[in-house]
Amino acid sequence: MNKVFHVMYDDDDTLKDAASALVAKGIRVKDVFSPFPVHGIDPIIGVKRTRLGIAAFMYATTGTTLALLGMWYFMISDWPMNIGGKPSFSLIENLPAFIPVTFEFSVLCGAHGMAITYLLRNGTLPGMPASNPDPRTTDDKFVMEITTEQNAMSADELEAAIKETPLFELSIKDYK
Amino acid sequence: MQKEAAIREPLILGDKSYKDITDDVVGPIQGAAPIGWKIMITISTIIAIYGVGSILYLLGTGIGVWGLNKTVGWAWDITNFVWWVGIGHAGTLISAVLLLFRQKWRMAINRSAEAMTIFAVIMAAIFPGIHMGRIWVSYWVLPLPNQFGSLWVNFNSPLLWDVFAISTYFSVSLVFWYIGLIPDFATIRDRMTKPLAKKIYGVLSFGWSGRAKHWNRFEEVSLVLAGIATPLVFSVHSIVSMDFATSVVPGWHTTIFPPYFVSGAVFSGFAMVQTLLLIMRKGMKLENYIHVKHVEYMNIVIIVTGSIVGVAYLTELFISWYSGVEYESYAFINRFSGPYSWSYWIMMTCNVISPQLFWFKKIRRSLVATFILSIVVNIGMWFERYVIIVTSIHRDYDPSSWGEFHPTSVDVGIFIGTLGIFFTLFLAFARFFPVLALNELKTILKTSGENYKKQQANH
Repeated sequence: MNKVFHVMYDDDDTLKDAASALVAKGIRVKDVFSPFPVHGIDPIIGVKRTRLGIAAFMYATTGTTLALLGMWYFMISDWPMNIGGKPSFSLIENLPAFIPVTFEFSVLCGAHGMAITYLLRNGTLPGMPASNPDPRTTDDKFVMEITTEQNAMSADELEAAIKETPLFELSIKDYK
Repeated sequence: MQKEAAIREPLILGDKSYKDITDDVVGPIQGAAPIGWKIMITISTIIAIYGVGSILYLLGTGIGVWGLNKTVGWAWDITNFVWWVGIGHAGTLISAVLLLFRQKWRMAINRSAEAMTIFAVIMAAIFPGIHMGRIWVSYWVLPLPNQFGSLWVNFNSPLLWDVFAISTYFSVSLVFWYIGLIPDFATIRDRMTKPLAKKIYGVLSFGWSGRAKHWNRFEEVSLVLAGIATPLVFSVHSIVSMDFATSVVPGWHTTIFPPYFVSGAVFSGFAMVQTLLLIMRKGMKLENYIHVKHVEYMNIVIIVTGSIVGVAYLTELFISWYSGVEYESYAFINRFSGPYSWSYWIMMTCNVISPQLFWFKKIRRSLVATFILSIVVNIGMWFERYVIIVTSIHRDYDPSSWGEFHPTSVDVGIFIGTLGIFFTLFLAFARFFPVLALNELKTILKTSGENYKKQQANH
């Protein structure tokens, strides 16, 4: 039978110290639930920096390309018009007038692409059920999730190690 | 742990814990609506309904019911448009630019400032929409395949740039605001006891659970969105100014317009934030989070941007003479001495002289003075747009087509109506949404909370 430990702390610094102590003993912390971003917890429990920034850059460059391609088609290729003598026959020569829309459309694609990717990767979408183990983790409590499945130690050894940290509450559940 | 200098004023007053922050923000949402709120929302809803009625009358009859004429083809409506867009600049400036500069005082005000931005941009978008007269063909501003040739929209025109700028600004601001709201909705969801409210906030919170990886992504998304929203703030009002600056109308055709409009927008936006927040902090008892120091910081931004606006007014005046262009000089002489000189002098007094009072520390830190001056600035900035738009075009090159603009009751009704709609939306926000970025505030409690600072000083 696998067991999952939900260890609750009442302070973010206590949580960080406890996580460091447990990780030093070779225990793997599966996840941490906190009401706000606890700075410095990521390297301790092995959360890597997200690559969303790279994704945003790619979405934005897609936007740039689409905007330029669109304006080339509308204004240069499909229906060139003489508007105030502006060079309607060349994308490069007419580019200064196209910069604002190119910029706006790049930002539009970058921002929305990133936001959508963020929501999808998180699995946070309208109507999704919440998965925090205790409602107090969105208020003022911090919960560490440790499973026997991810650790070589037995449940009793884990429990003993966890109880050495200054925890606030501990709940142990079975799961298949 | 990060430390802050002891002499720096705390940002969170009182003996607060993480739980107190949650209680102070979520408490008013759980409790019954206060009577003051009910009175205010009733009044603003009535005004909003009057505004919607005026708009419907306009759409049914045509824009002939406005005071526009052949000479003055843009007046009250575009004044309102630019005024509302300007107000809508403070929110993203506070949340994006101040985030990049790591200004922690933004955390107490960014949520409501962003809400203000979104509502103000909606109000702004109404005006060019209804100015089209036939709003049902407003989709013609988009480059859609059509059966007229196919005839495309003109990408050389600043008016079209504006379509892209305003819609990008609105949707990006909305997304930025909502991504910040998700964790706070989760906090409300976990504290709600009534099943329906719990369900609604559950849906709004998108199932947020506060996992470490999610917070990691959250911070990256906030930072990158702030990074790309910052040039967006500057671009939007620059493009609005180009609606005027790229024309050949004396008084509009000046290269100073983009920076001058952007600082004017930030100036008026901060004034509106002050007006709203000074009422909200009192009504919702948030004095410990939005206190004198926050007001002072915002007043400093008002002095800086107000002074830039003042310098821009004087530069414009000087250059109109220095350019040696007769039409250009006349446009400005007519501004301060012609039939609309009263509006010019209102603008000068409200925007150039009044913000200079904030150099006095007593005035800058006085809530009553700030409230009064913020309204003065709002009025002044409305007149700035009125002066720029109406006085520049009411005397055409040809004296036989000189004219004057007189607003009709429909002009006034629609403007007052948008104020009603705006305040209705803002009051609804203040009642049902977390008005402070409460979870973000918890991250600065240990460095900038009064009790923690005292503890540190005692060590």
